Amino acid sequence: MNVAQEVSTTINSPSIAYSLIMPMLVVFGAAIVGVLVEAFVPARSRRLAGLAVALLGVFIALGFVIYLAQNLNDLKNPVAGLVARGAVAVDGPALFLQGAILALAATALLLLGERTPADERPAAGGQIRPVQTETFSLTMFSIGGMMLFVSAHNLIVMFIALEILSLPLYLLCGLARRRRLISQESALKYFLLGAFSSAFFLYGLALLYGYAGSVNLTALYDAVYEPRSNETLLYAGLALLAVGLLFKVGAAPFHFWTPDVYQGAPTSVTALMAACTKVAAFGALLRVLLVPFFGLRADWRPALGAVAVLTMVVGAVIAVTQTDVKRMLAYSSVAHAGFILTGVAASNRAGLKGSMFYLLAYGFTVIGGFAVVTLVRDGNGEASHLSQWQGLGKRSPLVAGLFAFFLFALAGIPLTSGFTGKFTVFEAAVEGGATYLVIVGVICSAIAAFFYARVVVLMFFQEPVADGPSVVTPPWLTSAALGLSVFATVALGVAPDLLLRVAGSADRFIR
Amino acid sequence: MTFPWLTTIGVLPLVGALLIAVIPRGRVALIKSAAIGFAVATLALTVAMMTQFRSGSDAQFQFAQSYQWIPDYGIGFRVGVDGVALLLIALTAFLVPVVLLASWNVTSKTKSYFVLILVLETALIGCFAATDVFLFYVFFEVMLVPMYFLIGVWGGERRVYAAVKFFLYTLLAGLLMLVAILTMYFRTKNGLEGVGANGTFEYAKWLELDIPQATQNWLFLGFAIAFAVKVPLFPFHTWLPDAHTEAPTGGSVLLAAVMLKIGTFGFLRYSIPLFPEAARDTFATPMMILGLIGIFYGALVAIVQKDIKRLVAYTSIAHLGYIVLGLFAFTSQGQAGSVLYMINHGLSTGALFLIIGFLYERRHTRLISEYGGLRKVVPVLAGTFLIAGLSSLALPGLNGFVSEFLVLLGTYSRHPALGIIATFGIILAALYILIAYQRTMQGEITVEANRDLKDLTIREKVVIGPVLVLIIALGVVPGPALRVIEPAVERVLDRVNATDPAPSLTETAGSSK
Repeated sequence: MNVAQEVSTTINSPSIAYSLIMPMLVVFGAAIVGVLVEAFVPARSRRLAGLAVALLGVFIALGFVIYLAQNLNDLKNPVAGLVARGAVAVDGPALFLQGAILALAATALLLLGERTPADERPAAGGQIRPVQTETFSLTMFSIGGMMLFVSAHNLIVMFIALEILSLPLYLLCGLARRRRLISQESALKYFLLGAFSSAFFLYGLALLYGYAGSVNLTALYDAVYEPRSNETLLYAGLALLAVGLLFKVGAAPFHFWTPDVYQGAPTSVTALMAACTKVAAFGALLRVLLVPFFGLRADWRPALGAVAVLTMVVGAVIAVTQTDVKRMLAYSSVAHAGFILTGVAASNRAGLKGSMFYLLAYGFTVIGGFAVVTLVRDGNGEASHLSQWQGLGKRSPLVAGLFAFFLFALAGIPLTSGFTGKFTVFEAAVEGGATYLVIVGVICSAIAAFFYARVVVLMFFQEPVADGPSVVTPPWLTSAALGLSVFATVALGVAPDLLLRVAGSADRFIR
Repeated sequence: MTFPWLTTIGVLPLVGALLIAVIPRGRVALIKSAAIGFAVATLALTVAMMTQFRSGSDAQFQFAQSYQWIPDYGIGFRVGVDGVALLLIALTAFLVPVVLLASWNVTSKTKSYFVLILVLETALIGCFAATDVFLFYVFFEVMLVPMYFLIGVWGGERRVYAAVKFFLYTLLAGLLMLVAILTMYFRTKNGLEGVGANGTFEYAKWLELDIPQATQNWLFLGFAIAFAVKVPLFPFHTWLPDAHTEAPTGGSVLLAAVMLKIGTFGFLRYSIPLFPEAARDTFATPMMILGLIGIFYGALVAIVQKDIKRLVAYTSIAHLGYIVLGLFAFTSQGQAGSVLYMINHGLSTGALFLIIGFLYERRHTRLISEYGGLRKVVPVLAGTFLIAGLSSLALPGLNGFVSEFLVLLGTYSRHPALGIIATFGIILAALYILIAYQRTMQGEITVEANRDLKDLTIREKVVIGPVLVLIIALGVVPGPALRVIEPAVERVLDRVNATDPAPSLTETAGSSK
């Protein structure tokens, strides 16, 4: 390669098809407007203004995504393509996952924007803290990063997107208004481990550049098919890259941050992470594994299968021993990452479709679950210890009923989205010849059902404890989030056909 | 377009449940009457449907309907019944109003209780009516949720343990079946005639699959474990005594009378016809032996029980052992007898649980030692208990005799040794029922609290009356039921290439009348 010549030529700015990346531009734009709102809008209307800007940005971006998706397979005027000299891919999976991230983000934003009366009261021994409205612009930056993450066609862009999505999340984790210590601890842990995993990703990227001479996914794809001299670089690079991504996914054995961060972060932020970050991380993992390294699938499938088995087993088994609702949901999210990994390890079209469907379905259910957690409070804020939930069904049948519904959905009872999701990924795994993963999957589903059922037992089959937590009447933003979650969980369980068809029409990556 | 019988019958209880859910909690009488109203309407429709059923029809499934549901995976809303499913739906539709009326005195969370039972009815009917395997699986799993709550909220002292055990056992078994279902579905994608690239879950198409026997064995196991837990077949039975004992009366009746039958129905509808070679060559003998073990194990353990409800629960294991024995003998008498046995066991055990429920409401104990000599105080109650018990031990003239006799005859004609061994189970059955009757109803009144017990109220007589009438009617005239069952059973036997070594069914049925 003639390096000298490349340096001497003037750098032409690439022509960019802005229409294809409009969704991301809108979200980043809304984030910047959010910063301005923070600076200029008076404090008392700042929360609503910030929320309105964020939601508006999300909905406009979602509109663009839907518009692009409708024209995706238009034969005369296909919009699918590589943007910015092949740095960003706008294809079916990218648009589907961006849409999923936006839809879930809208629901999570409703939770983030909520301010319960309890927040106004000083915590025991603490002082009243002003409501932090910078959450909205931070969230929007993070969402923009996630959208870029799932459509990056270049490992450097992917790395940048990873940092854009992660840095605001580290901050958001530390913003809890109550239980500040554990919140800050979770932020620090997440930051340190996240930085560690970024380093893995970067190291892998460097090795792959050494192998292929490019970090563009198309170039990597070609390089995999025309073996170069040093294959060690290729395999080591892929492994390190995968570690970085599996960390974000929360797959065992890279899941150790999950319970601490999920427990410590403000619950609405946890909901955002559990839903949107998971979509983004899996989107990038799917793209990396199925685009450049598809040719190596015979090599990575067994390893990914092992990770999937470990993730399902660790998530389901350790969740059984948890005594905190948020930690339990965290381990459950590890188990669910394992279920989705069975779809990834299937490494076929059905697996891609199933994983994408699962991500969206799971996201809504888990946001609903965390929304309920925000409602159960005592004098010290959220009452997240399981023993405090005893007899909740007697005290507040509606909220307890909703939580039970979400738990059954997470357990994968038919007619909920949880079952449809599991069905699609398991079907793909059988089709891909990975029946062993399905057998492990169903056994882990049963183990997981045990701890979901245990919470139902606590809420409905046992008497309430004295001076237990009170259940806040759902304020309207939380009600809206809950309503959306319930609707999605039922609709995707009873009539999943429409979304399955959308996912099915979006199951082709650009190479 | 004909009237959508099955859809209407299946959906009606659910509609009722949804309507009742919006009635204010305080209007208890309205809630109860509305629930019973919907259940009775369902029963009426079912009876009307039965009059339209033609047992000589060539079609495997009657009242069939088929709509697309999730075409991406070839999943449809497909329903239809053969004679077996028809009778089991009828049993369900008959018992639900009975159970609701019997539960009139449920005081805590009355609304939820009645709603859950109606939801359960929809799931049960759906399970029997589905001719799409995915649809069947959906109902199979969904019914766990209402039953889980019925046991867990309204159950006895150890209800939590029983509810969780029941839920997990059945869920895990069902999930293992899901693996087998997915594998079957995957096979439909590879060039089955008339099936697109999306594959299908239609039961009739699955019958056309050609599966090598080694694979059949695995798939049979996947389905069989789910059904064996449901039946429950020894050694998968340990959830049953807890669940049946701790469940409220209504839950126990529906569990024993209907839900267990989903297991035996599943063997007959899915395991055997889908994997005929595996069923006939590999698993017939092991299944019959497990059935035999169940007969003796259930009976012997029942004899030593101190808790009368637990006693009846264990008798179910014994009875269901006969049903499995008859199913896997692969003779027309055996299988037809087994199907009739499913109905009869539903009636007799349902009646026993109802009567025990009446007793429990009066004395709030299930211990046999707390009773004794009740015949003198509550003669009508004791009389109903005796009839139900005698039906359970297969006294000639009552319904249990016909089916048990057919099962034994069918088993004997192919496997004489197994038939003879199974016959000894009858003696044990007489033992546990008569011991129970003797200790609770006969002799001197041993507990003072029993002296002023009230006999059956009119409501209770209305509850138990129809069940006893059916017990006697099916004992005297089993012919019509057998004629409905026979074509369905013949179809199954055709699948496994089994021909009767003994005289044909119709003669036997005629002579037993």
